[in-house]
Amino acid sequence: MNKKQIIILGGGTAGNIFSHKLVKSLNTDEWEITVIDRSPIHYYQPGFLFIPFGIYRPEDVVKNKSELLHPNVNQVFSEIDRIVPQENNVYLENGSALKYDYLIISTGVDIAPDEVEGMKGDLWGLQVFDFYSFDGAVSLQMAMKNFKGGNLVVHVTEMPIKCPVAPLEFAFLSDYYFKRNGYRPEVNIHYVTPLPEAFTKPEAAKVFGNFLLNKNIKIHTDFNIAAVDNENKNIISWDEREIPFDLLVTVPTNMGSEFIGRSGMGDELNLMPTNQATLKARNFDNIFVAGDATDIPTSKAGSVIHYQAEVIVQNLISKIKNNPLNAKFDGHTNCFIETGNEKAILIDFDYENDPTRGRFPIHGLGPMSLLKETRINHLGKMAFKWLYWNRIIKGKDIPFSS
Amino acid sequence: MPEYIEKVKFDDEGYLENHEHWSEDLAKTMAEEEGIYDLTSRHLEVIYAIRGEFAEKGEAPTLRRLTKVHGFPTKELYQLFPGGPGKKAARIAGVKKPHGCI
Repeated sequence: MNKKQIIILGGGTAGNIFSHKLVKSLNTDEWEITVIDRSPIHYYQPGFLFIPFGIYRPEDVVKNKSELLHPNVNQVFSEIDRIVPQENNVYLENGSALKYDYLIISTGVDIAPDEVEGMKGDLWGLQVFDFYSFDGAVSLQMAMKNFKGGNLVVHVTEMPIKCPVAPLEFAFLSDYYFKRNGYRPEVNIHYVTPLPEAFTKPEAAKVFGNFLLNKNIKIHTDFNIAAVDNENKNIISWDEREIPFDLLVTVPTNMGSEFIGRSGMGDELNLMPTNQATLKARNFDNIFVAGDATDIPTSKAGSVIHYQAEVIVQNLISKIKNNPLNAKFDGHTNCFIETGNEKAILIDFDYENDPTRGRFPIHGLGPMSLLKETRINHLGKMAFKWLYWNRIIKGKDIPFSS
Repeated sequence: MPEYIEKVKFDDEGYLENHEHWSEDLAKTMAEEEGIYDLTSRHLEVIYAIRGEFAEKGEAPTLRRLTKVHGFPTKELYQLFPGGPGKKAARIAGVKKPHGCI
């Protein structure tokens, strides 16, 4: 008997979780599970933030996907050319087709610096860097080390981006970094955002705004970048404001995978239209979408996928049995935000509830203060790497699951 | 304030509460409040694109959608609605404020 096929596109955080959960939830005599990814290397993306400051070494954030994915799933390493949903086929770069009964799209988002004029210009990799890619984070480490004074501009191009707190953390950690190496008086730190304030959620924006103020980081809001001027070393907004930089650390536009665009299935950012409760693709009955690849209004972060995975597995099984999709994702997100001085803030929110102050129970570490800067939150953030490699991507419970 | 404006309701941030209470006359008055004294047919093209998408999806298009999907160059949108085309044009179009992303 031919086995039925489940194909998972993307072997990142989400793809790994599904490889482990599906093997346990489905009868593998009936079902064959295949993960397709363009790269055999898995990056611990939350660790990219720490590489430019020398807190993590590059090798701390890299493992082979083949060691992490469940051994009972097929692994295919290839670029994806396109999906043809009418045929239930995924076409690879070499033209071969893989047929699926059910498809999970979890190919995430990637930086697209070409979306802004001049961003990937002459200064890219010299004075203009990103830290959302492994190569960007690694090359930025040397630039930070050599930076002895001038304008450090930490910049967000446009929303949505994955881990929307990361650029704030970069600014906070820069302040701490230059205080420790003695160059802080010579370094002007600017935080430039297209948002009207420091963050998307009002209560948290107030807290982060105060941190920027206290750390003497100048914030520029409502800044929609039109171009990077490589000659004069300025970033220029559409309303013709200019901010000079000596070192520009930018978060470029984040976009979903190009094959989603090629397949004609995505929106203008190649994100997949997705039901925000059931996580089924809005236009396709046998496709689910997980993590950063969706267009749903929640943060693009690993913790979100952890909460989504259970919903998708349950709904996939319901779909297979022709039952209604009863599992609902509530938008639950939480994340630690490094603030420097080996302290951090924890925020927790969902579709309905904005981040608030209070306490959040974490077994083994004790209650964490929400929206408050503490040392134990920093320890939580640092413990996250272990949790990630050992529990999260294997689809196991983590002490945050409440 | 003209009578047709008194009848309609606005939220705390000055956005129309019900997009069906919108009219071109109202748009003209709101545009003047935003410092746009000559609401041209090109302004109205943008406004009708926003209203069309809002009617369909319940949400105003982002600046990127106005550019990539509806074909209005970003530069021109900033000339037509100086300061903040996304939010300003949505207000004049009588739809809800575009959601900030997460």
